[in-house]
Amino acid sequence: MAAVTIENIIKTYGKKKDVTALNNISFNVEQGELFGIIGPDGAGKTSLFRILTTLLLADSGTATVDGFDVVKDYKAIRKRVGYMPGKFSLYPDLSVEENLNFFATIFNTSIQQNYDLIKDIYIQIEPFKTRRAGKLSGGMKQKLALCCALIHRPSVLFLDEPTTGVDAVSRKEFWEMLKGLKQQGITILVSTPYMDEAKLCDRVALLQNGSILSINTPQGIVDDFANPLWAVKSSSMLHLLNELQATDFVQDIYPFGEYHHVVMKNESGKQALEKFVQQHQSENILLHEAKPDIEDCFIALMKN
Amino acid sequence: MGNDKVITANHLTKSFGDFIAVDHISFEVHKGEIFGFLGANGAGKTTAMRMLCGLSMPSSGEATVAGLDVYKDNEKIKKSIGYMSQKFSLYDDLTVKENMQFYGGIYGKTDAFIKNKTAFILEHLHLEKEANVLVKSLPLGWKQKLAFSVAIFHEPEIVFLDEPTGGVDPVTRREFWNMIYQASEQGITIFVTTHYMDEAEYCNRVSIMVDGRIEALDTPAQLKITYAAASMDEVFLKLARKAKRSET
Repeated sequence: MAAVTIENIIKTYGKKKDVTALNNISFNVEQGELFGIIGPDGAGKTSLFRILTTLLLADSGTATVDGFDVVKDYKAIRKRVGYMPGKFSLYPDLSVEENLNFFATIFNTSIQQNYDLIKDIYIQIEPFKTRRAGKLSGGMKQKLALCCALIHRPSVLFLDEPTTGVDAVSRKEFWEMLKGLKQQGITILVSTPYMDEAKLCDRVALLQNGSILSINTPQGIVDDFANPLWAVKSSSMLHLLNELQATDFVQDIYPFGEYHHVVMKNESGKQALEKFVQQHQSENILLHEAKPDIEDCFIALMKN
Repeated sequence: MGNDKVITANHLTKSFGDFIAVDHISFEVHKGEIFGFLGANGAGKTTAMRMLCGLSMPSSGEATVAGLDVYKDNEKIKKSIGYMSQKFSLYDDLTVKENMQFYGGIYGKTDAFIKNKTAFILEHLHLEKEANVLVKSLPLGWKQKLAFSVAIFHEPEIVFLDEPTGGVDPVTRREFWNMIYQASEQGITIFVTTHYMDEAEYCNRVSIMVDGRIEALDTPAQLKITYAAASMDEVFLKLARKAKRSET
C-alpha cells in the first residue's frame, strides 16, 4: 500500500475561485520513501501539505495518507502524521522541554517512550532545554520543531520548507538528520525551493504554478534533459551571454555559477559553437560539455 | 581609487553585553561594485548591515557609507541608501503605482520626478497594465523585481539587498540578477546577501563572515584558488564549518 495517494486534486482560492493553487495533481508516495516536492514560492507546496494533513479541503479530487481518506478519516490521519509547517509554530513562551512534553502528552505518549527516534536530534538542543522556544536561534528552533513533529512516532512526516532561509552548512546537517529518519522506516514528504536538495531525495515532483512539471528519481529527471548542454565562460560574461543568445544554434543561455549554461537546439550545433569559441580566443573563452542538473531541467520545463 | 569608496569599515564592532556580534571588521566597497556579503546564520551579517544602514550604533570602530559617518550622519545615511529584503519590501494593499508614489514621497522626491520614474519603471518591467492592481495579487517573481526597482527609485548611491531571491524560481532569479547588473552598470553599488552559492559567483567580490569576523574577502575566482575549492559552495563550507559559536 502506498503511504500517500493523491488523485486529481484541485484547489482554488478567492471568491471567484480565480486563483488556482493546485491544478489537477496526482501522484503516490511509497512506504519509507523520502519524497521531495521542489518548487518556488507560490507553486502550491503548502496547499498540498495542508490538504494531506487534513487542515485544508480540496475543491475536488481525493487523497489518502496511510490508507485513510483525508476528508472522511481526518481524525485517524491526525494521530499518525507528523507535520512541521514552514512557519515556526511551537509555543514561544514554553521551554524546549515543555514544548516537547506538551506534544508528547497530547498524543498520549511520553518523551521516554519514543526517545530513541529523536535522540540524535534532541541531544543537540538538550543543553538548552530550559530555554524558552521563542529565544532559540533559527537552527535550534528547527531542530526542536522536528523533535515535536516526531515525538508520537508518526508513520508519515510532512516537512514544509524546513531549510528555507537556512545557511548551506545547516542545510547539509538537516538533510543528514532526514537520512537517519528514513533509515528508521518513516515516510517523509519534504518541500523545498532549493533545487540542489532534489538530489538528496529518492524521488521528486517538480511543482510550478500548481502543476507538476515532472515526477521521477533525481537521476531520471536529469536523464530526460534532451538537448546538448555546454558550459562556457570568458573575461566578458555579459557580452558572451548576449552574443550567444543571438546565434541560431543556441536554444537558451543563462548564468550558472561561474559559467553560462548553453542549451543547444541539437547535436549539429556543436561545430558552430566550437567555431564561435575559436573566434573569441582573445577573451579567454573556455568551453566544456556540461551535465544538466535539476535546476537546468526546471528551467527547461518552465520555459516549455 | 580615493573617492570611489562607497563603504569603508575600519575595526567596526558591535557587542551586546559580553557577546561580540561583529568583531573588528574592516573592508571597503567601491562604486558600482557588486559586493556579496556571505556568512552562516548567526555569523553577524544582519548586525553588520544594520550598522551600515544607520539603524544600529556601533560599539567601536569606524565606518562610512556614501561618504557619511555611521555615528554622526546616520539619519543622512538612510536617505542615501536603498534597502530591500525578502521579508519586507512593498505594501501589499497599495497598488503598484501607489507603492512607487509612496516611496518617492518618503524620500522627498518631486512630483515630476515621481511621475517620470514611475512611468519608466512600469515600462521597463512591462507592468503598464498592472499599474493599478494591488501588489498582493502579483506573482512573487514580479513582486521581487518591482521591490528592487522601488529600492533604487530615489537613485541611491548604494542598495542593500538582504536575501532578495529567497524562494524565487530559477528563471526569475536570473532575471533579478540581470537587473542587479544593470543597476551596477549605472554606477549603483550593490551590497547583497544570499544563501544561493551560485549567486556568490555573480559578485565582483565576496566576503565571508565567521563568528563575527570577516574570514575571507576576495573575488570568487581568487577565493576558489586560495581555498583549493572547485566552487563557492565548497569555499563557504570550508570556512563556515570553522565556526565555533552557535547561532544567536
